[in-house]
Amino acid sequence: MVYNMRRQKTKKEISEAQKIDIASYGVRTKSRSYLENLQNLSLDQRKNMLSAGVDPSQKARSGSYIQMDHSVVYSKSLYSGLEVMSTTEALKKHQWLDNYFWRLVSVDADKFTRQAQIQPHHGYFLRALPGVKAVYPLQACLFINDNNIIQNVHNVIIAEEGSDLQVITGCATASDVKRGLHIGISEFYIKKGARLTFTMVHNWAEDVSVRPRTVALVEEGGTFLSNYICLKPVRNLQMYPKAELVGRNALARYNSILFAHPGTHLDVGSGVILKAEGSRAEVITRAVSAGGDIIARGRLKGEAEGIKAHLECLGLILSDEGLIHAIPELEGTVRGVDLSHEAAVGKIAKDEIEYLMAKGLSSGEAQAAIVRGFLDTSIMGLPATLQKEIDSAISACEKKAF
Amino acid sequence: MLKIENLTVKISGKEVLTEVTLEVKKGQRMAFLGPNGSGKTSLLMAVMGFSDYEVTQGNIIFNGRRINGLSIDQRARLGIGVMFQRPPTVRGVKLRQMIGLAHKGGFDTEKEAAGLGLREFLDRDMNAGFSGGEIKRSELLQLLVSSPQMCMFDEPESGVDLENIALVGKAINRILDKNRNNAALIITHTGYIFDYVKPDAGCVIVGGRLHCLGDPMKILETVKKHGYEWCITCEGKKPKKKSPRPKR
Repeated sequence: MVYNMRRQKTKKEISEAQKIDIASYGVRTKSRSYLENLQNLSLDQRKNMLSAGVDPSQKARSGSYIQMDHSVVYSKSLYSGLEVMSTTEALKKHQWLDNYFWRLVSVDADKFTRQAQIQPHHGYFLRALPGVKAVYPLQACLFINDNNIIQNVHNVIIAEEGSDLQVITGCATASDVKRGLHIGISEFYIKKGARLTFTMVHNWAEDVSVRPRTVALVEEGGTFLSNYICLKPVRNLQMYPKAELVGRNALARYNSILFAHPGTHLDVGSGVILKAEGSRAEVITRAVSAGGDIIARGRLKGEAEGIKAHLECLGLILSDEGLIHAIPELEGTVRGVDLSHEAAVGKIAKDEIEYLMAKGLSSGEAQAAIVRGFLDTSIMGLPATLQKEIDSAISACEKKAF
Repeated sequence: MLKIENLTVKISGKEVLTEVTLEVKKGQRMAFLGPNGSGKTSLLMAVMGFSDYEVTQGNIIFNGRRINGLSIDQRARLGIGVMFQRPPTVRGVKLRQMIGLAHKGGFDTEKEAAGLGLREFLDRDMNAGFSGGEIKRSELLQLLVSSPQMCMFDEPESGVDLENIALVGKAINRILDKNRNNAALIITHTGYIFDYVKPDAGCVIVGGRLHCLGDPMKILETVKKHGYEWCITCEGKKPKKKSPRPKR
């Protein structure tokens, strides 16, 4: 009975999520001036960016792109062989970029993609030239500073042949922003033998709705690692990034760490289409509901022999009010595919809490320790420098989350 | 230090301890013997306040304070510590984290962990894939750092190979010797640990009832010769199988 009621609630929530009235958000906002130094950002802006993994000091960064509302306020590469600029500027600079724009994401996919095409507000263009391997990540921040506005960005990342690029993108709002809509179109190209580690941290305000639309294309021997972290309250987030593995031995791995506060609705999933022989994929989700709803989707489609892919979703429910609905899908169209999935949703085991209490932790501390452990980012297999950065971003989020 | 008065405990409505009365004095090392399933671990869990162990009668008094209503962590903070026999695996919580939380300064985590052969376990999830011996040593490392006044060791020798029993015994002695008032309740059903940790009092529990409080080594000797059933006769009941009464 409870199960049926929860299923009904899920469907209702899905339909509610699709009812975003784009026209209710403002399209005009004041133009922001370009900053020569990121330290010129306000303390509040810097603090909120830092919580999303974007470090205004640019220590241990190869470059930064900062967009505030509809204005590009900073874009700079600090590493030779990496390009950082807005897509608007990149389209002017590189004639060939037209071939990459709206190639993976269809303009007509939904009303949000159409909106982004009709009324674009820049977005980042990040590119690693062939063979370039940067030690430190590039960072990009899409910041909403004005209340009740819409921000439509279109991003392109290209990791050229044999390159190794790490990107941290942090999406955040100013502290006084209550409501907003962020639409993000992202097209990623991972060329032959290249590697892209893309880590996205969301640090939105409680009444912001978010609609990212992302597709990655991975060529022969290419690796695409996508990490997504959302620990802060957000009104309503729906995204379903996809990767197409079109070259032999291409690899894609999605890791998502989700925390749903009361009133938060997260409809998040990842899909991988394995089109080339020997390609591999892994989709791992850790979801915690503290009263909010999480729909954790995952879809693997095997279209070539010798592919191997695994889907894993583990959910932890901390409150009777919350919901976690795992929807794993596997689809094989040829012989010799190896697709698997594992999903488990439950609450924290009482014996674990009491065991930690016997070591002197209060019930709350024990639960927090277990939840933090459950959301452990070491599953992401990040490079050490990036791991440290992400851990500190998560700690900043956790201070507000727990 | 720890007084248990007329304690009756139920698990899921089934009585597992009946009217147990016991006192562990300051500095005392009490051996707690009994066959499997006799209620030894239940007593320990009830003293610690685990929720599955419902105290339906009696008092648990620690340092003169009745602690029946206190939460598990409150009891731990008062100075009661447990070495668990089969603790759960806690994914994502590292042993180093637990050591850090109990750290009061002056504790060399790396050195102490190395001494117990646990250095490579510090950054592993608590008890995940630990062998029986590794679990015991990990529990002891945590007691070494938290240094409770009252330690309850649940079958410290079970699942530990002969070589490591000595290591376990040495660690128990170190924990207890930190303060001459530190007391211990050492649960065992084989008594092997007594080769390394010398108890100065002993008692036997059979079928959830306490029997035969006295000299631990004599009790062990009697049990080895005649089995635990004999202990019941010490209180005037006839054993099921006749066997010659030993000289005591």
